[in-house]
Amino acid sequence: MHVLGIETSCDETGIAIYHTERGLLAHQLYSQVKLHADYGGVVPELASRDHVRKILPLIAAALKQAELKTTDLDGIAYTAGPGLVGALLVGACVGRSMAFGLGIPALGVHHMEGHLLAPMLEDDVPEFPFIALLVSGGHTQLVRVDGIGRYEMLGESIDDAAGEAFDKTAKLMGLDYPGGPRLAAMAATGRPQQYQFPRPMTDRPGLDFSFSGLKTHAANTIAANPSDPQTRADIARAFQDAVVDTLVIKCRRALEQTGLKRLVVAGGVSANVELREKLQQFAAKIGGKVYFPRPAFCTDNGAMIAYAGAQRLRAGELNDLSIITRPRWPLDQLASVSC
Amino acid sequence: MHVKQFLALDEATLMAIAARLAEQVSLQGNSATLTLYLYGELGAGKTTFSRGFIQALGHSGKVKSPTYTLVESYQLPPWQLHHFDLYRLADPEELEFMGIRDYLGEHHIILAEWPQRGSGWLPKADITISIDYAGTARSMTLEALTERGRGLLETL
Repeated sequence: MHVLGIETSCDETGIAIYHTERGLLAHQLYSQVKLHADYGGVVPELASRDHVRKILPLIAAALKQAELKTTDLDGIAYTAGPGLVGALLVGACVGRSMAFGLGIPALGVHHMEGHLLAPMLEDDVPEFPFIALLVSGGHTQLVRVDGIGRYEMLGESIDDAAGEAFDKTAKLMGLDYPGGPRLAAMAATGRPQQYQFPRPMTDRPGLDFSFSGLKTHAANTIAANPSDPQTRADIARAFQDAVVDTLVIKCRRALEQTGLKRLVVAGGVSANVELREKLQQFAAKIGGKVYFPRPAFCTDNGAMIAYAGAQRLRAGELNDLSIITRPRWPLDQLASVSC
Repeated sequence: MHVKQFLALDEATLMAIAARLAEQVSLQGNSATLTLYLYGELGAGKTTFSRGFIQALGHSGKVKSPTYTLVESYQLPPWQLHHFDLYRLADPEELEFMGIRDYLGEHHIILAEWPQRGSGWLPKADITISIDYAGTARSMTLEALTERGRGLLETL
């Protein structure tokens, strides 16, 4: 079964083709980061218009890469939410209409389900059940995954997402927004333990996160210290260590509580090298294993949507002819799929 | 009284002040759209203030940062509260494309962080709340810009 995946929830246009037996056949991505960088943030309307411009050429490129014609497709999966409504509508309209034209099923997919199943596209596939840490600019969640669509929310951020804390702290350091990855690069030259940052919400039970206070702590530390590059790098290091430690502590707690040993980490922040290393070390220590998607599939992409959609379409799930977008869509409200 | 100032030594005090303002809003019994602007640098405590305000109106769950979604809405009978964060907004006209007019009306409250990025498209503020760093404490300045805002501040 050939499934076309369409991802347009934010500022990346991602198109991919996944075959239920042959695996991933094509993957095309256009990032609008440069477009939005000129404005210092995402511009929802510009994002939508840019998706409109890029989506059809990217679908054509993906078909060419897979050496397929549109009539070879057996189903279309598009991101229905959560995300920016205007951006979601582009993928939803194109996906739903194209499927109607071809007489094949279409399905709206949950963006975060895509992320948490992204490691399934790798050679080393985690078995269910596992714990997933979804960590990006918009989300920080710990989810117990018992199967496709069988998600139990164990904890999430009560305020800022981890990636958001990175981006905002980067801004406090004078880096252009969103500067999370550049802050991480700065931290690499910082010396450890020059500054003490709190590990929020680790001193009490529970799996929720809070990163808003770290940003405030960073602002106070920046204001109280000189602005030479080494000091800045040291502060970046202290900040990153605090975020990474907090994430690791909560992952450890989630594994202990559930007795599971497999951890999947996905979302933009899962590309963070320090986080990867610390989680690998910790997993090795407990005789467990941590699974990451390849860096290209940590951030938004069409492959994860094609994969998640293919699992659901194969199980017979499909939507009617309405164009569905759900800008707010709790992950634990999804239907389960038996495979 | 058009301006009131407070020194909040900690997060709890900042949230308590927000809660007191929310109480006044409930007591006032005016159902027209109420607009509050929140000013302050990153990390000053705008989202903390919002949490105090929204929870005092009866919300018991999380108050997530609306930075990435631009707006988070809460049903808090009789109010509908819309918590905006316009930090990522490049052009104020984006608010029109987002359908800002659907967020206004009877019993709607607009709580807007980074309102300067929505200038011209956001409704005018009844009260502006500025939170500034004062060491580790925060100095808060509340200014009433309408009759209704004045009424709320007088009793605070």
